[in-house]
Amino acid sequence: MTPLEAILLTIVTASTPLLIAAIGELVAERAGVLNLGVEGMMAMGAACGFAAAIGFDSTAAGVATAILAGAGMAAIFAFAVLGLAANQVGSGLALTILGLGLSGLIGAPFVGARRDPIPHLHVPGLADLPGIGRLLFGQDAFVYVALALAAAVALFLNRSRAGLTLRAVGENHVSAHVLGLPVLRTRFLAILFGGACAGLAGVYLSLVYTRFWSPGMTAGRGWIALALVVFAAWRPAYALAGAYLFGAATVLQLHAQAGQIGLPSQLLSAVPYLATILTLVLLSIGRGRAVGAPGSLGAPFVPDR
Amino acid sequence: MRLELAPRAEVSRIARVLAPVAAFLVAFLIAGGVIWLMGRSPLAAFRVYVSGPLSDPWALQELVVKATPLALIAIGLTYCFRANLWNIGAEGQYVMGAVLGGWLALRTHASDAGPWVWPAMMLLGIAGGALYGLIPALLRVRFGVSEILTSLMLVYVAQLVLDYLTRGPWRDPKGMNFPQSVTFDPSATLPQLFGAGRLHVGALFALVAILATAFVLGRTLFGYRLRVTGEAPRAARFGGFDAKRTTLAVFAISGGLAGLAGMSEVSGQIGQLQPSISPGYGFTAITVAFLGRLNPLGILAASLAVALTFIGGESAQILLKLPLDLTTAFQGLLLLCVLGADALVSYRLRIVARGGGRPGPPLPEGEVETAVAVRVRGHGLAGEGATPHPVAPPRDSTSPSGRGGNVP
Repeated sequence: MTPLEAILLTIVTASTPLLIAAIGELVAERAGVLNLGVEGMMAMGAACGFAAAIGFDSTAAGVATAILAGAGMAAIFAFAVLGLAANQVGSGLALTILGLGLSGLIGAPFVGARRDPIPHLHVPGLADLPGIGRLLFGQDAFVYVALALAAAVALFLNRSRAGLTLRAVGENHVSAHVLGLPVLRTRFLAILFGGACAGLAGVYLSLVYTRFWSPGMTAGRGWIALALVVFAAWRPAYALAGAYLFGAATVLQLHAQAGQIGLPSQLLSAVPYLATILTLVLLSIGRGRAVGAPGSLGAPFVPDR
Repeated sequence: MRLELAPRAEVSRIARVLAPVAAFLVAFLIAGGVIWLMGRSPLAAFRVYVSGPLSDPWALQELVVKATPLALIAIGLTYCFRANLWNIGAEGQYVMGAVLGGWLALRTHASDAGPWVWPAMMLLGIAGGALYGLIPALLRVRFGVSEILTSLMLVYVAQLVLDYLTRGPWRDPKGMNFPQSVTFDPSATLPQLFGAGRLHVGALFALVAILATAFVLGRTLFGYRLRVTGEAPRAARFGGFDAKRTTLAVFAISGGLAGLAGMSEVSGQIGQLQPSISPGYGFTAITVAFLGRLNPLGILAASLAVALTFIGGESAQILLKLPLDLTTAFQGLLLLCVLGADALVSYRLRIVARGGGRPGPPLPEGEVETAVAVRVRGHGLAGEGATPHPVAPPRDSTSPSGRGGNVP
């Protein structure tokens, strides 16, 4: 394997959790709900999924548990912002703090444990092609699931009636309600989907990316996923591109650290965060005003009757 | 069966005051349940978390020590949150205040600099926090970038800066390679209150900040402007209030107070710079601000109540072997309960049988398209000015009566 090939492979691994989490949050935001709890839901997915994978000695059990954990956290958030019409920004932050704390409790007994790598796809013949073989045909299942998820969400949002309902609810919940669309139910499902995706993204970190659990291992990836949604202008295809771009930045930063190029490692570690800020600024300059943001994003909805 | 919210005709003042107390109780009950699920005795935990610290004079002092940074940061955040601006990067502003002020302490180390050093450090701390807080504010005002994401990202950057300095150029050469600076000189250390003990002057800073804020928010035009900007941005514009200047001002104030908190903590408590100087005060202060209902006196009480969870968490770790993360989880839970209780003050929650009050049957496809089309107009009006950026704060979420999005 050439060094370039190795770098490209790690970029895919670094991008996949960002993509999965961003796609989930994108759906929630298109339904008009801003859930800042992605980081907390990811942390819970990472901890619960890892604990279950060790406990049952099964990757599948770990993944299922992580998805449930993420969706469960999202359900708490949904109860607060839909059931009680609580402030979304505050509730999302609370969810992040809660998730980081709870995941620490759940993961603590598993510090030091390791999992074997999960199997990678190996299409005979194709995977051995020079250059692109392993990149395209030799990845782990999550990578393909993430890509399929992005495609499915794009199709769902743009080509299905339910997707149209979801967008209508997110654009103007009053009109949607007047038209008889189930605003709160749509939002509830969208929030749950976002939580499930965040849980899946989290367990990818602990089962595939590092293969061990450590406190605070999500390291702001949930927040970067939130930024990606803005970057993507709420469109799945752009989220795909953005996730791979950010994944590449992370990996190149790690390689620069390993390569001893004479810069302090902390400066390089700050690159993903600084890059996020810079991207948001450049986007705002380029777009002028908020383009693509769902009209009712972040506003609580209490039906008038 | 489903939940249904109905706005209350009038909001009782008693309910307003009792809501945070009720939220605290609910959070306590849930946490007790979790501890019970972990196979521990909730009663024993309650004794360690609450009764223990409150009956021990040493712990009472410690309570004030922990409440000091929380109150300082939360009181600053009040300005932002009242204006409906989301500064969630106070943790970073806290760190940068400590870095800039700490620089002076290290500069004057082992020199015969006079007693002016620590007051100057406090001013630098305020400046460091304020300047760092102004970054997300400027990005929002100038480029329309959401302050939520930028202020949060800058927390990670600030922590890395402190990490670099304490492991690199500012490391104590005689410190056996530990990542920490030299111990501050007496002239760079905050004076203690009452001679011995652990209480330092920082507690007075917090009190002054609380009283000053009570005056500013209640009695000045600036305080009034904040409320109008936060609760009715359109009215604020018609009133000629400059939203940009308000944004810059509140971020500078909250950043400055967070910086002061960081500098006080480092100078009065820790006594040197090290890679980690906060157990998450900047994030916990968000809970404190809402628990105190964005009211200065409420924040005084809330900071003491939340400081209790820090102290209780430390003793629970030692006495009951309960992990510190339990405290973090509790603080998140508490914030959720507070926000939920806040909502229940303005809405009545009813449980209705399925079918009652449901929206009518869905309309044919064509009319759904209209719903999407409507937003083009709706968005153009509502979005103008009030929300310069997509992930901008909800337009009128802080106003209890505001039913967001209904207003064109």
